[in-house]
Amino acid sequence: MNEIIEILERDARATPEEIAKMLGMTSKAVALAIKKMEKEGIILKYKAIINREMSKEERNDVRALIEVKLTPQKNVGFDHLAERIYQFPEVTSCYLMSGTYDLLVVVEGGNIHTVSSFVSEKLSPMEGVRGTVTHFILKKYKEDGDILKQPERSKRPAISL
Amino acid sequence: MKTAKIVGQIPPSGIRVFFDLVLGMKDVISLGVGEPDFVTPWNIRERAIYAVEEGYTSYTSNKGLVELRREISKFLKNKHGLDYDPEEEILITVGVSEAFDLSLRAIIDRGDRILIPEPAYVSYRPITMLCGGTPVSINTSPGSNFKITPKDISRLCDKKTKAMILNYPNNPTGASYSKKELKAISEVILKRDLIMISDEIYGDLTYDFEHTPFATLPKMKERTIYLNGFSKSYAMTGWRVGYACGPKSLIGAMTKIHQYTMLCASIISQMAAVEALKSGERSVQEMKREYRRRREFVISRLNEIGLSCHRPEGAFYAFPSIKETRLSSLEFSRRLLEKEKVAVVPGTAFGSLGEGYLRLSYASNMDKLKEALLGIERFVKSLSQI
Repeated sequence: MNEIIEILERDARATPEEIAKMLGMTSKAVALAIKKMEKEGIILKYKAIINREMSKEERNDVRALIEVKLTPQKNVGFDHLAERIYQFPEVTSCYLMSGTYDLLVVVEGGNIHTVSSFVSEKLSPMEGVRGTVTHFILKKYKEDGDILKQPERSKRPAISL
Repeated sequence: MKTAKIVGQIPPSGIRVFFDLVLGMKDVISLGVGEPDFVTPWNIRERAIYAVEEGYTSYTSNKGLVELRREISKFLKNKHGLDYDPEEEILITVGVSEAFDLSLRAIIDRGDRILIPEPAYVSYRPITMLCGGTPVSINTSPGSNFKITPKDISRLCDKKTKAMILNYPNNPTGASYSKKELKAISEVILKRDLIMISDEIYGDLTYDFEHTPFATLPKMKERTIYLNGFSKSYAMTGWRVGYACGPKSLIGAMTKIHQYTMLCASIISQMAAVEALKSGERSVQEMKREYRRRREFVISRLNEIGLSCHRPEGAFYAFPSIKETRLSSLEFSRRLLEKEKVAVVPGTAFGSLGEGYLRLSYASNMDKLKEALLGIERFVKSLSQI
């Protein structure tokens, strides 16, 4: 099961037939295992990794990391507030942190104004939010293990013994 | 000018022309490579850069950096329970190639016979000849998964037989040996009083069982030269660092030759190798899993295409038969390259016993493997339509 995940994490387009060959299983067994993981929510979805700088589309290419300080609530701690925040479609990631602030919220927007208006109009005024610090990302080099540029041509000769 | 007779007697590499053809062609999908498909891990490269910055640009001791010898000793102890004294039983060389050359130079007297299971890595036969020895081929075939048996050794042994070269997992066939099989071989080695030169450069890439170094078998340590290096396990082919471990007398003799020929391996590469040993095991395991998946994929596709292929137990090579196509290895490879731009190595690169086979390296990423196998499939189909 774990090896199927490892293969799909690297190439979500690998077919059950191909995975079956790699692992010495039947493709039916692989397809079943994948279905099961999808059902159980182990595999949530399959996405392509886009290098926005190359895609030329203006959409959602401004990204900011926002440190958020919260007042914890009785019984539920930070969970309720986090939920209210991460439901906004502008929020692409949301983490509870140790250290000097509570939530790290990653926000994406078409331009600087959409991001800043999200912070000033939606996030900051929210009850329980004590303060925010916004950092805009200037350039992305590597994301989730993927280096965001065309891989260089291999330098090894095409044949050797 | 007249060159030495012996050089004229060394078989010429008949496939040089084919290699030049591959290297001159653009956008080749290559399954022809004898090295890993990724660059050396960054921490190892970074260590080398830092070594240069720090001013490590000198010679080292002839035997190699003592720190590296200690790390190797520790590594072999932890991993295989092998005990080698870093002072007297380990020698750092310029790749396993040099270690191999030194081993033969240190043991061969004119006319000594050296047993070589074939198909074999290209250098075994010529170096034996250059040292004045006589190579004796032990033929292997797919029927026995390209493995030798103790009987083969007994049959070919005579008074002049000095040593045997065993490379496992094997380049080009991928054959390897379980502990039990090795034990049986070791008994004949002992009985016939042979030296074992054990080239275990692909040892980390054994898929179906644990790799057993020959020197760990009973009574074998005192007659085995264990060869290993960093090229395959840490993707460090270009750094040229290998090592030989063995009994003091043999390592001493090898060191003597090494100090007059190579002096020492590059200090920068040796520093990088220390880092590799300190950090590497995790990524080696990951790499092994990845190669195993590629192996399964390639073998299953080849058999599907109709090129029958045994399951190699190690290294990163498949060695399918193309006898059904009635083409020679070289002809098949040349036409496959021209038609589909897929590069493979003709089996004959590894001696005449390689005729009728190809060596396909699966040290290439999955996308390339899929594409290359589609090309091979189309090519084989086009042959059967004529």
